[in-house]
Amino acid sequence: METIWFCVVAVMVALYVVLDGFDLGAGILHPFLAKTDAERRAVLASIGPVWDGNEVWLLAGGGTLYFAFPALYAAGFSGFYLPLMVVLWLLILRGISIEFRNHIESPVWHPFWDAVFCGASILLSIFFGAALGNVVRGVPLDRSGYFFLPLWTDFSTGRDVGILDWYTVLIAVAAFFALAGHGALWIAYKTQGALEMRAKRAASRLWWGVLATVLVITIVSFRVQPHLQESFRSRPWGYVFPLLAIVGLSMMRIFSGLHAFLGSSVFLTGMLTSVVFGVYPLVLPSNGDPALSLTIYNAAAAPYGLSVGLIWFIPGIALAISYFIYTYRSFAGKVGS
Amino acid sequence: MDALTVHRLHFAFTVTFHYLFPQLTMGLALLIVVLKTMALRTGDEHYNRAARFWAKIFAINFAVGVVTGIPMEFQFGTNWARFSKAAGGVIGQTLAMEGVFSFFLESSFLGVFLWGEKRLGPRAHWVAAFLVFLGSWLSGFFIVATDAWMQHPTGYLLAPDGQILLMSLWGLLLNSWLLWQYLHNMIGAVVTASFVMASVGAFYLLSRSHEPYGRTFVRTGVIAGTICSLLMLFPTGDQQGKNVAFQQPVTLAAMEGLFQTVNGAPIAIVGQPDMDQRRLDNPLVVPRALSFLTYRRWEAEVKGLDAFPRDIWPDNIALLYYSYHIMVGLGTIFIAVMVLAAIQLARGAIYTSRPMLWTLMLALPFPYIATTAGWITAEVGRQPWLIYGILRTAEGTSARVASGSALFTLIGFMGIYSLLAILFLFLVHREIAHGPEAA
Repeated sequence: METIWFCVVAVMVALYVVLDGFDLGAGILHPFLAKTDAERRAVLASIGPVWDGNEVWLLAGGGTLYFAFPALYAAGFSGFYLPLMVVLWLLILRGISIEFRNHIESPVWHPFWDAVFCGASILLSIFFGAALGNVVRGVPLDRSGYFFLPLWTDFSTGRDVGILDWYTVLIAVAAFFALAGHGALWIAYKTQGALEMRAKRAASRLWWGVLATVLVITIVSFRVQPHLQESFRSRPWGYVFPLLAIVGLSMMRIFSGLHAFLGSSVFLTGMLTSVVFGVYPLVLPSNGDPALSLTIYNAAAAPYGLSVGLIWFIPGIALAISYFIYTYRSFAGKVGS
Repeated sequence: MDALTVHRLHFAFTVTFHYLFPQLTMGLALLIVVLKTMALRTGDEHYNRAARFWAKIFAINFAVGVVTGIPMEFQFGTNWARFSKAAGGVIGQTLAMEGVFSFFLESSFLGVFLWGEKRLGPRAHWVAAFLVFLGSWLSGFFIVATDAWMQHPTGYLLAPDGQILLMSLWGLLLNSWLLWQYLHNMIGAVVTASFVMASVGAFYLLSRSHEPYGRTFVRTGVIAGTICSLLMLFPTGDQQGKNVAFQQPVTLAAMEGLFQTVNGAPIAIVGQPDMDQRRLDNPLVVPRALSFLTYRRWEAEVKGLDAFPRDIWPDNIALLYYSYHIMVGLGTIFIAVMVLAAIQLARGAIYTSRPMLWTLMLALPFPYIATTAGWITAEVGRQPWLIYGILRTAEGTSARVASGSALFTLIGFMGIYSLLAILFLFLVHREIAHGPEAA
C-alpha cells in the first residue's frame, strides 16, 4: 500500500513537472524568442488557459503527499523552509505576471510583467532542480525526524551541507536547460511564423545543453548517492526508466512539432522516474546515519487512511484527467489559427 | 518575539489576507450563474454583458485567491510540522480531496469559461460557469471540513506515540460541526458578493453612468443579499452558535464576556472585557437573552469562565469578544439595510432613492470585515488548542524553524501581499471605470 502511494505521488510530481514545466520554459524563453507584442501575446495565449490547471498538480500532489506520508511532508517542508518560501513568492509573481500583463496597454506595464514572468520562471526552474538535488543527496535528519538546512555552507556534499552545494547547483543547471528546452518545443508546437522558427532554433541549441548536463549529473549522482547503484543492481528492470529518458531525448532531436514536445515530456518523465526508482524505498535519505532516513514505511500514514484514500482518489483523478483531456482538446492546435 | 507567536502571526496574516478573495470568488460564482441563467431564459444580451463584466472582476479576484492560497497548504508543513506529522493522515485527506475534486474542476473550467464563450455557445457556456461555481463551493467544503475537524475532531484514534489516526472517513466528512459551519460560511460569501454587486450598481446609478447595468446589479445584489443576510442569522448562525455552546462552552463564555456562571444569563451588546477585574466594563445588556438563545429557556444556567480551569481559556479573550461582537453587530446591520432595500425595490423606488444608494455603495467593505471577524472568532475561540482537546497550538509548530526565519518570511509575505492588494484595487477599479458596455 505504501508503494502504491509512493508511485502515485511520483506520477503526480512527474505530471506537474511535464505540464508546468512548459509554462516555466515558455516564461524563461519568451523575452528572447518573442520580439513583438503580438508574439509575446501568442506565447501567453498558449499557456493562458492551462497554466493554472497545470499548477494544480503541484497542489494536488502536495495534498496527496500530505495525507499519505505526513512525516515526510512535515520534515521536508519545515527543513527546506527558506527555499520553499521563496518558491511560494516566485509562484505568486509568476501567476500574477501571466494574469495581469494583458490588462493594460502600456509600454511601461508590458515590459515590467514580461521581466517578472521571465525572472520568476528562471528562478523557479533552478529552485526545483536544487530541491531535487537535495532529496537525492540526503539531508541531516535528527533523531526526531526533522532537519533544518541553511541556504549554503561550504558548497561541499559532506555532512555539514546547505541547500546549495556543487551537486545541487549542478542539478539546478540541468533542470534549467531541461525546462527551457521543454518550453522551446512547446512554443514551437503552439505558434507559427518567425516565432516558431526561432523557437525551433532555440530548442535545437538547448538540446546540446540538456545532453551535456544530463551526462554529467548521471555520473555524479551515482557517486553522491550510493543507494542509486544498489537499486539498479538489485532490480535491473529499473533500467527501463533511464532508457525512457534516452528515447525521449532522441525523439526531441529526430522529430519536430508535437512529437518533439512529447519526446521532451518522455525525457523529463524518464529522468524523474529514474531518480524515484533509484532512491526507493527511501523518500528522504539521511546524509549521516542511514538508520535516520525517512522511508515509505516510517513516513506513511496509518493503513486505514491509505486504503480508504484509494477509494476516492481513483475516481477523483479519473475525473481530473478527463477535464484535462477536454481542456487541452478545446485549446488544441496553434495559437491564433 | 518567541517562535510560537511568529508562527501564529504568520498563519493569521496570510490566511486573513487570502480569505478576502475566495469569499468573493465563491459568492460571485453563484451570482454569475444567476446572471447567465437570466441570459438563457430571457435571451437578452444585456445579462450576458453583465455576466462578462463580473467575469472580468472574477478573474482578477480568482488569480489573487489562487496565488495566495498555495502558501496556505504549504504552511501546514513549513510552519506547523509537528501538527502535520501528528494529524496529516487525517486532515491531509480533506486537503488532497480539495486538490483532486475541486481545484482541477475549477481551474479547467475557469479557462474554458473565460476564454471559450464564442466556441461553446450559450448552453455549454452556462455549464462552464456552473462547473466553476461547483468547483469553488466544493473547495469551500473541503477547507471547512478541515477546520471543522480541528474545532471538533471526529472519526480518529489517538495512538500512544501521539499520532492521530483516521478511523472513519465518514466521521471526518459528516462531522456534526461541519454542516452548519459550511452553510454559514458559504452564505456569508454570497452576502459579500451581493453587497459588492449592489455597491457597484449603486455607484453606477449615483454617477449616472451604465444605468441599465446599475439597476440589474442593485436588483440582483439586493435580492440575493436579503435572502442570505437573513439565512446568516437563522438557521445557520443560530445553529453554529449551538455548536459552540455545546462543544466548546468555555469559548462561548469568552465570546460573550461571561465571567461568572449564572442562571438567566444576559447578552452583552456593548462592553469591554476587563481581564484584571474579570468583569465586563460599561455593559449594555439584554437580560436573560443568552440563556434563551442557547437553551430556549429564560432561566437556564450558562457556565461562565469561572467554571473552567484557567489553562483551557482562550488565550486572547478580549480579541475573541470583540471579533464576535463585530460579526454579530454587522450581521444585524446587514439585515436591516437589505430588508429596507428590498422593500424599496419592491416599490420600485430604490433606483432613485439617493440615501439608499449611498448606503449600499458605502457598505462595500463591511461584509469583508464581518467574515474576517467571524473567522477570527472561530480560530481564536479554538485556542489554546490547535485540534480541540487533543493538541495544543504550542505543540504544533515546526521545532527546527527559528523565530528569526519565520519573521523574515512573514515580513516577505507582508511586502508581497501589499503589492498584490494595490494591484488588485487598481485593476478592479479600471474594470469598474470601463463599465459593462466594454465587455
